[in-house]
Amino acid sequence: MSARRQTLGVVQIGLIVLALAFIALFLMLPLVAVFVQGLSKGLEAYGAALTEPDALAAIRLTLLIAAISVPLNVAFGICAAWAITKFDFPGKSLLVTFIDLPFSVSPVVAGLIYVLLFGAQGWLGPWLMEHDVRIIFAVPGIVLATIFVTFPFVARELIPLMSEQGRDDEEAALSLGASGFQAFLRVTLPNIRWGLLYGVLLCNARAMGEFGAVSVVSGHLRGLTNTMPLHVEILYNEYNFVAAFAVASLLALLALVTLVLKSAVEWRFGYRSGSAGH
Amino acid sequence: MIRLDGITKNFGTHAALNGIDLEIRDGEFVALLGPSGSGKTTLLRIIAGLAFPDGGRVSFNGEDVTDLKVADRKVGFVFQHYALFRHMTVADNVGFGLSVRRRSERPSKSRIRARSLELLELMQLGGLGERYPAQLSGGQRQRVALARALAVEPQLLLLDEPFGALDAKVRKDLRRWLRRLHEQMGLTTIFVTHDQEEALELADRVVVMDRGRVEQAGTPDEVYMEPATPFVAAFVGESNRLPGGLHVRPHEIEIVASGGQAVLVETVFRKGGVWRVEGTLSGGETVLIEPRRSRKFHSNGAHP
Repeated sequence: MSARRQTLGVVQIGLIVLALAFIALFLMLPLVAVFVQGLSKGLEAYGAALTEPDALAAIRLTLLIAAISVPLNVAFGICAAWAITKFDFPGKSLLVTFIDLPFSVSPVVAGLIYVLLFGAQGWLGPWLMEHDVRIIFAVPGIVLATIFVTFPFVARELIPLMSEQGRDDEEAALSLGASGFQAFLRVTLPNIRWGLLYGVLLCNARAMGEFGAVSVVSGHLRGLTNTMPLHVEILYNEYNFVAAFAVASLLALLALVTLVLKSAVEWRFGYRSGSAGH
Repeated sequence: MIRLDGITKNFGTHAALNGIDLEIRDGEFVALLGPSGSGKTTLLRIIAGLAFPDGGRVSFNGEDVTDLKVADRKVGFVFQHYALFRHMTVADNVGFGLSVRRRSERPSKSRIRARSLELLELMQLGGLGERYPAQLSGGQRQRVALARALAVEPQLLLLDEPFGALDAKVRKDLRRWLRRLHEQMGLTTIFVTHDQEEALELADRVVVMDRGRVEQAGTPDEVYMEPATPFVAAFVGESNRLPGGLHVRPHEIEIVASGGQAVLVETVFRKGGVWRVEGTLSGGETVLIEPRRSRKFHSNGAHP
């Protein structure tokens, strides 16, 4: 199963060096720069930038947004993937297309859509105003924009996996007397758990890092509607580079943790499918 | 007894089943035999309750089950690719059907386990209960799937191409073993196959299907010796089609006068109530070949 080791030719070595150089220049170097800049005034300044009230509020808000939008999209993603792969119904391909929509729409447009719908001058704005519901320039708007942007991550991860696994396992469970819910809980969910975890990680990384859509709907109210990416931008615009990079390094750290977890999941994946194939 | 009345099923504009009528007696071992696309698997899934007919009725022992779901029909279904739950041990796979029962009907954990191990023993899989499906051979997986289906004590056992994914040697052993198991348990069993040899060897009755219709249903002897339609004659066993629309089995041909040479068939004709075949030897000499049996189908498929 493992790839046979070959002697490397000039072309292979050239391509490997090129790829590594490209990654170093465009990915590793900026990542290192973030940490170097953040720590350039010492650990104390770094710590102060992260613990000042506005930064803490931004971190708290980012965690809150992820805590709301990730579970919602996990639930939605499982439902959509389940419906698409286990049943045949009219409009199925349309649903698949809609799930991909957030990938093809610019996040700024996504934000503007919600302003258009719920903003003061928007379609539902006057009604919302009457009932004293604030969506735009408030937390609900940020949650909506984040959900829109992270919509496809879980479903996209699960659909190929579940369609490859087919319907036999579920039908077997049903034929043995299981209810639909039992079949899902005891057969489908264990079958997709690693793919699901992978989707959750990607969804979470995007939910915490989203800038464009959130920027449009948030209103940048310090301590109230500022998420971590928005906070970084404000600090940067104020020439407060050390603080900006300190907060940015926290986001970068999140990305690295995600990457490590993702690799761990992949390793687990590979291990499992490898052991299934003998 | 299982009764099918006028079962029809369409996939889009394609008619998969075209009015199937069939009766299966208790304890019978029936093969649904046909080429791919003949509708045999669709019919099996409709009997199971995994698919539902567009028209017609399904009844078990006089009770209409057409609208009952698979979970309520008390059938055991064995899938072509086994569909074992890969994250469960073999014993847990076998016990699954019992463990999902309603609390009031569910046996205790230790009882489920004992029953699983008992069934594995019966399937000659003793000692493999703690393995995972990935650690078993194809033949072993197939028997685990069978044990799992039998654990819920079904009134009917359905198998979809049960030996399709196995190599020839294992297939032959498993076939004999399944036949013996059926004789021991007497459970009404229907299996789908495209392998005529398998159908003729295993089944009490063979239902030959083509293009969503039953071409013929009968004992292996009947289907082989008295094919009802040209399709059955061609699909079941080897058959030579001679000019004039005569179908002859190889063993049915007897060379009356020839010196062990190649014969070119010239004409087929009827003489004194017997079909005869006239051919030429390589030397130009005419010989008469007399099939011991033969059959000629009219365009409507009936016997002459």
